[in-house]
Amino acid sequence: MISARNLTKKFGDVAAVDGISFEVRAGESFGLLGPNGAGKSTTMRMIGGVSRRSSGELAIMGLDPDRYGPEVRAHLGVVPQQDNLDEELRVRDNLIVYGRYFGLPHSYLRPKADELLEFAQLTDKAKSKIDALSGGMKRRLTIARSLINEPRMLLLDEPTTGLDPQARHILWDRLFRLKESGVTLILTTHYMDEAEQLCDRLIVVDKGRIMAEGSPAALIREHSTREVLELRFGSERNASVAAELAGIGERQETLPDRVLIYADDGEAALEQVSARGLRPLTTLVRRSSLEDVFLRLTGRSLID
Amino acid sequence: MSQRTITGPGRAAAAPVPSRRPLASLYAGNVRAVVGRGLRATWSSNWAIMASGFVEPVLYLVAMGIGLGSLIGTVQGPGGEQIGYASYIAPALLAVSAMNGAVYDSTWNVFFKLNFARLYEGMLNTSLGPLDVALGEILLALLRGALYATGFTAVMGVMGLITTPWALLMIPAAVLIAFGFASFGMGITSYMKTFQQMDWITFLMLPMFLFSATFYPLSVYPEPIQRLIQALPLWHGVELLRQLNAGVFNAATAIHVLYYVVMILLGLLLTTGRLRKLFLS
Amino acid sequence: MTRTWQPADAAAAGRQRAGLRPPLDPLQSAARARRFGSLYYLEHWLRAMRGYGWTVALTAVGTPLVYLFGLGVGLAALVDANTSAAASLGSGRPVPYLVFVAPALLATAAIMVATDENTYPVMSGFKWRRTYYGPNASPLSSHQLVNGHCLGVLCRLLLTTGLYFLFLLPAGAVLEASGWMMILTSALGGLAFGLPVMAYAARIEEDKGQFALVQRFIVMPLFLFSGTYFPLEAMPLVVRWIGWISPLWHSTELGRVLSYGQAEPAWLTAVHLGYLALLAVAGWLAARRIYARRLGK
Repeated sequence: MISARNLTKKFGDVAAVDGISFEVRAGESFGLLGPNGAGKSTTMRMIGGVSRRSSGELAIMGLDPDRYGPEVRAHLGVVPQQDNLDEELRVRDNLIVYGRYFGLPHSYLRPKADELLEFAQLTDKAKSKIDALSGGMKRRLTIARSLINEPRMLLLDEPTTGLDPQARHILWDRLFRLKESGVTLILTTHYMDEAEQLCDRLIVVDKGRIMAEGSPAALIREHSTREVLELRFGSERNASVAAELAGIGERQETLPDRVLIYADDGEAALEQVSARGLRPLTTLVRRSSLEDVFLRLTGRSLID
Repeated sequence: MSQRTITGPGRAAAAPVPSRRPLASLYAGNVRAVVGRGLRATWSSNWAIMASGFVEPVLYLVAMGIGLGSLIGTVQGPGGEQIGYASYIAPALLAVSAMNGAVYDSTWNVFFKLNFARLYEGMLNTSLGPLDVALGEILLALLRGALYATGFTAVMGVMGLITTPWALLMIPAAVLIAFGFASFGMGITSYMKTFQQMDWITFLMLPMFLFSATFYPLSVYPEPIQRLIQALPLWHGVELLRQLNAGVFNAATAIHVLYYVVMILLGLLLTTGRLRKLFLS
Repeated sequence: MTRTWQPADAAAAGRQRAGLRPPLDPLQSAARARRFGSLYYLEHWLRAMRGYGWTVALTAVGTPLVYLFGLGVGLAALVDANTSAAASLGSGRPVPYLVFVAPALLATAAIMVATDENTYPVMSGFKWRRTYYGPNASPLSSHQLVNGHCLGVLCRLLLTTGLYFLFLLPAGAVLEASGWMMILTSALGGLAFGLPVMAYAARIEEDKGQFALVQRFIVMPLFLFSGTYFPLEAMPLVVRWIGWISPLWHSTELGRVLSYGQAEPAWLTAVHLGYLALLAVAGWLAARRIYARRLGK
């Protein structure tokens, strides 16, 4: 569906995307994980055929988006990072008007709009103004809008950023249904839980480059231990205590607010800590996540 | 801004016991903080817009006074004598600019801060009350109006349109006019929800601007329309300034002033009531 | 938080979305968008205008009424009373003030509407509401957004000038049969000012009150010094150049030729038309470039 080779985008002298290569297969759910400013959105805009690449090769459905912009965009559904619904139109009209851009007739768009409103659980809001919707509803409407042409491929840029946990779960459920029905999803996120939930395969991006690639489970297996022990000694003491923890677990990371100890058996590591007479304020043993992978690869956290 | 509230000699900060003044829940006696913020914001961001507010009436005076004046010749002034067209419209333009400035400051500006910038929410989270905010905003508008009026009067002097020292009274009178419009404008704006509704205000002001004896005497209209226009505030402002500029005083002068005093009182009453409703319920 | 999907979820999701299929495949969609995209955006534009239809109607009807009454009746009484004025108005053919000022009112109304539609709505398409970014992700191209917007503005201009003209007729403000063409020329005048403003508005990254400055330092002087309320010749030469570069003056003078046969050499009439067309096309081309650059970042 997508093949990118040495894809590069420069703004002036700064390379926002710096020679990345990847493939996305039909029906796959593919993620770009990275912190803000990693070049995810720029990559998405190049895939979406709205931003010209500086160099490298890119083909969407075998088409070069720089030459066949309208054709590429006609294949896609796009959910941008910031909602750009038309506030001068009512909820249902937003869907219909958007469908017109694809040259679709009203006879198709009217029933389709109703169908999508139901899918987005917004049927009773059909006549509402956009202002009256909550953040989660706007997001669902934007997704419904992106489906008006029944695209085989959906680009989602930070789909749940800024939503409360409940709204996120509703949204994930809708996206999962799309995935089940065979739509290829390509999404960017800086939430590791989102990437774990939705992505079959992902690339970890930082500063415009690919740091690692694989399924969430494989990435965790490869770059982290099975479990992590999180210790908090209070913000003043974390750094000074770190030296006294030397040798416990496979690897340690000292963050401003806590110390992470990577070990396949977190409980055992905790016992070792207690044995050394250290008394952390709080302790937590959890499974490794993509956050740990990212920390390992870049030395930084995903969310600053 | 909040710093000023604490360290400044504001009465609210100095009085540790709950005040028993009337309106205590609305008014902290700290208009200074609001005005201080406004002055700071004006100087740091939009001084060019500030300056342009002075230029506009001057352009009108030059264009209309010279251009239209060449077509019209002389007009009957407030004392019954014939005066040049530029002398005729100059006081009217000053009244209009006082109105426009005050209406802009108390409607568009307030509307934006109320609905978009959420400035007032931040202010009201401090010890400031809604009335401090309202009076502060109005005072800012008046300061600006006084500045413009002084500049415009000076331009009139340079153009040789001022013949009596009474004309200097046009400056405080212009501020009075601005006060009248500002006190009402803010109250009315509190009812507005959308940009389109705000457009309606602009639209209502247009006929008032054209019809209130600004560019031609009221006598061109039939009696009932004259009465209607005389009920509107701008006409009183125009006539008041015209009389001051000519140094002609009579009973009508007092009526014009009284009109504005009543308008200010009613406007403040409306605005305070609305603010109480919006922010303290 | 990190709850993985359970089989129950999958089962629930497994209910296939037996959705409606679009009657066009993506390549057909793209072909249509390439051909009719500008019209699709125009359709959107007009639909959105219905949302503020009351404002549009009020300005389209109220403005002519207020100005005709205020200037055509009120000011005209003063001017016409001064018998020496009429001769200088008609440029060879003495006409009442109302007839003299009517083409200027029409041209002014068009420029006001064009300014309204090309300032905040354009900037908010890029900034606050970001309404351009939605269609930009669809098969439409940025050029088509520009075209659609220009067509929409033209529609509103024609509505405004057409209605205005209907108000001028019974007022006796139009003397010649060719007067109806003012509907078109003043709409062109609106585009001549509005499209360069559109290009400018599209460039604004941050709102620092630029439009208020445009309003006060460009629109207002043009409005006052373009021979609208009095002949340009009444102004000293030092400021007459403002009229010569002002689309409002050219639009007004065209109107005067059409409406009451103001005496004017044919080449000057051609200059009026050519200048307005030039400004409109230059604004349109600049807007296309700026939209493409900004949306394609």
